[in-house]
Amino acid sequence: MLEVTLCGTKLRNPLVLASGIRGNSAGLLIRAGKEGAGAATSKSCSLLAREGHANPTMIDTQGVYMNAIGLSNPGVDDEIYEIREAVAKAGIPIIASIYAKEARDFAAVAARISEAKPAMLEVDISCPNVHREGAMFSSYPKDAADVCLAVRDATSIPFSAKLSPDVPNIGEIARACVASGASCITAINTIGGMYIDAHARRAVLANSFGGISGPAIKPVALKSVHLIRKAIGPGVPIIGTGGISTGMDAIEMLMAGATCVGVGTAVATRKESAPFAAIAKEMEAFMKKEGIKKISDLKLQE
Amino acid sequence: MPIHQISVVAKAEKENDIVTTLTFDTPLSQAQPGQFVMLWLPGEDEKPYGVAGISPLRISVGARGNFSKKLCSMKKGGKVWLRGPYGKGFDLKGKRALLIGGGYGFGPLRFLAEVAKKKKISATAICGARSKGLLMAPAVCKTIFTTDDGSAGTKGNVLVAMKELLAKEKFDTVYTCGPERMMSAVAYEAKAAGADCQLLLERYMKCGIGICGHCCMGEKLVCIDGPMFGLEILENPEFCKVWRTKTGKREPI
Repeated sequence: MLEVTLCGTKLRNPLVLASGIRGNSAGLLIRAGKEGAGAATSKSCSLLAREGHANPTMIDTQGVYMNAIGLSNPGVDDEIYEIREAVAKAGIPIIASIYAKEARDFAAVAARISEAKPAMLEVDISCPNVHREGAMFSSYPKDAADVCLAVRDATSIPFSAKLSPDVPNIGEIARACVASGASCITAINTIGGMYIDAHARRAVLANSFGGISGPAIKPVALKSVHLIRKAIGPGVPIIGTGGISTGMDAIEMLMAGATCVGVGTAVATRKESAPFAAIAKEMEAFMKKEGIKKISDLKLQE
Repeated sequence: MPIHQISVVAKAEKENDIVTTLTFDTPLSQAQPGQFVMLWLPGEDEKPYGVAGISPLRISVGARGNFSKKLCSMKKGGKVWLRGPYGKGFDLKGKRALLIGGGYGFGPLRFLAEVAKKKKISATAICGARSKGLLMAPAVCKTIFTTDDGSAGTKGNVLVAMKELLAKEKFDTVYTCGPERMMSAVAYEAKAAGADCQLLLERYMKCGIGICGHCCMGEKLVCIDGPMFGLEILENPEFCKVWRTKTGKREPI
């Protein structure tokens, strides 16, 4: 009932472990498979190792989560080992997320990580572009397209471009990515934010700013996915991500235009031992009740 | 709503050459032995520390890096920002408990001894260190001291004292905290003696709440699946073998 096809790969359900949530080792990607995920995305890796930001890196309050981990990762040479292990043992398709500060480095990481044969790559273009004073690649159609063209030429594995909602024209950005070789769009990344401790008179996150996730961002994610679907048309898949914690949330995301649904923060906030399986069960219950037979029938009324 | 609760240091006592025990002005009554809190010094860093007592809150800190040295140099009136408690603590059960700590790993076990006393569970503790200057103060139960160099207590490591004790007495559960290799040896010894064992583990931690994944050990997360693990952790492919640096790079233990 829940099977979907994503860029030619069959998934038992549309629930995808989102990048940056736990996926920093083969063991944790395998765990996502055991917890019922349809596919799992690894934590973004870069050409060289990164320590990330100092702590505090995480804020957890009243349904609002915010993090500034700072893309810590061991670098692509070590990451290949993790992805290979996960591809061999997880039993679900693995999506390898990559990150860089300039287009040619994206190409280099894409080429290297492709050796581990993940089902797909995810290209985190909602990170700072060193050539544009730190503005995100996904802020400008041309910058987003440059990265996608570079990755397209570096690998034969299908890839998804991950977009930030902090732009006025997310549909236009998505269209530029697809026109430049992206086979899928992942949206949304976290929303930029800040939290202050008045007693300390400081920002709580050591990086000052972080990315908001959790239930609070679902409306933004639904709107963004809907706009992207309108902009790119029906043929290209979208992994709709942001604030999804229940089966109903996932159904809504599919109705907004997503092909698959990313689950992030909820993996930790849902206390079941198999959070993805629990969300999948809730989706099935809704579909049975409404007499809906397959995922592709989940659509908004015209 | 603030993320952190502010706690003020009521007493800072130097316990040995490297450990300072901070006693705060507020309780943390919901914390269990084995659980941890994240301590934030604004402008510095935020790190996990095992709870060493709850009424009032106590934390024993070993001076290791910049951050722990800052904590150790705190005086009465100094403020820390804390969140937690987090993680799965010890599951105190059975009638006879054996507590085995190495170095400042003995801190959380002293808290466990206090709870055991309240619950009228008989407890014996073994507190080991490399030398006299690194030994922690005794627990509220009978405490046997060992030092590698023989400068105090029984000469040798905690295993020597453990084997002697197990030859004379029977224990239901062994609770241990300290260097991973020591805990591994303790767990195998407990298993051989037919006792259950609970180990308190440590990995580099960032978020503390099961989201970032940095403290992974195989398929387990130390922050939410632990830090207390049972004997099944001996089968974990990364136990006593692999830990991950600040970048997440695998390093042999």
